[in-house]
Amino acid sequence: MKNIIEQLNKAFDNRVRLGIMSILLVNEEVDFNEMKERLDLTDGNLASHISALEKLDYVLVKKEFVGKKTKTTYQVSILGKKAFQDHIKALEKLLHKK
Amino acid sequence: MTKDNQSTLQDIHYIKDMMEKSSRFISLSGLTGVFAGCFAIIGSVVAYIYLGSIGSAYSEFATSFPRHTMWDDLVFLIADACIVAFLSITCGLYFTIKQSRKKGIKIWDSTSKRLLVNLMIPLLAGGVFCIALLKWGLFGLVAPSTLLFYGFACFNAGKYTHKEVRYLGISEITLGLIGVFYIGFGFELWILGFGILHILYGVIMYFKYDTKA
Repeated sequence: MKNIIEQLNKAFDNRVRLGIMSILLVNEEVDFNEMKERLDLTDGNLASHISALEKLDYVLVKKEFVGKKTKTTYQVSILGKKAFQDHIKALEKLLHKK
Repeated sequence: MTKDNQSTLQDIHYIKDMMEKSSRFISLSGLTGVFAGCFAIIGSVVAYIYLGSIGSAYSEFATSFPRHTMWDDLVFLIADACIVAFLSITCGLYFTIKQSRKKGIKIWDSTSKRLLVNLMIPLLAGGVFCIALLKWGLFGLVAPSTLLFYGFACFNAGKYTHKEVRYLGISEITLGLIGVFYIGFGFELWILGFGILHILYGVIMYFKYDTKA
C-alpha cells in the first residue's frame, strides 16, 4: 500500500497540473490562451504551474513572435509523458487495491 | 494515508474528462442527425415525385447516359439537394450551438476547427468529383459517390467528435460501394444512407450525450 502511494508523483498532486498534463497528452501543442480558457485560470495562476512543470522538464515552452505579440505554446516532453502515464497507472492501482 | 479513494477516483475522472474535452468536439447534438435525416427523406420524396411527373423512373435516369442532357431536370434535382443541405446545416448549427451553451463550452475552439477541417476536405473533394460526373453525364454514379465521400468525411471527422460519427462513416461507405455496383438502386440507398442512418445515429447520440447534462 505504502509502496503505491510512493509511486504517485508529487508534481501532479494538484488539479491545475493534472489538467495541464491531461490536455498536453492528447494535443500536440496548446497555446497559452487556449490552456487558460480550457482550465478556467488566471494568467498568473497558469504561468506559475507551467513554470513548475517546466523546471521538472515535463513541459516544453516555445515562445515566438506573431506580428508584435509573443505567442507561447506548450508541449509535453518525453519525460513528462512517461511521468504522467506512471502517475495514472499508480492512481489506477491505488483504486483497485482497496 | 495521503489520498483517499474518493479523491483518487475524482482525479482519474478529471484526467479523462480533460483529455476528452480538449481533443474531441462534444457539443455536436444528436438532433442534428435526426433533422438532417428527415430533410433528406423529404428531399428524396420531392425528387421522386418530380422524376415520376416527367415519366422517368430513377433507375432509368441513372443508367440512360443521355446525350441530350436534360438540364432543366438536373437543375431541379441539384436545387432540391442544395435546399436539403442548407436546411440540414442550419438546423445542425442551431442545435449544436444550443448544446454547447448548455454545457458551457466554447463553440469555436481548436476541437471544432479540427473537426471542420477533417470533415470538409473529403466533402469538398466529393463535391468537385460529382460535378465532374455530371459533366460527363454519369448521373447514376452521383448518388453512390455522395454516399462514399460523405462516408470518408464522417470516418475522418469521427476522430474529433463522438465516435458514433466514425461508425456512421463506415456505414455510408458500405452503402456507397454497394451503390456503385447496383446503380439502379441509388435512390433507395441514398434514402437509407442520408435519411434512415442519420436519424438512427442521431437518436443514439441524442440519448447517449444530449440528455446527459
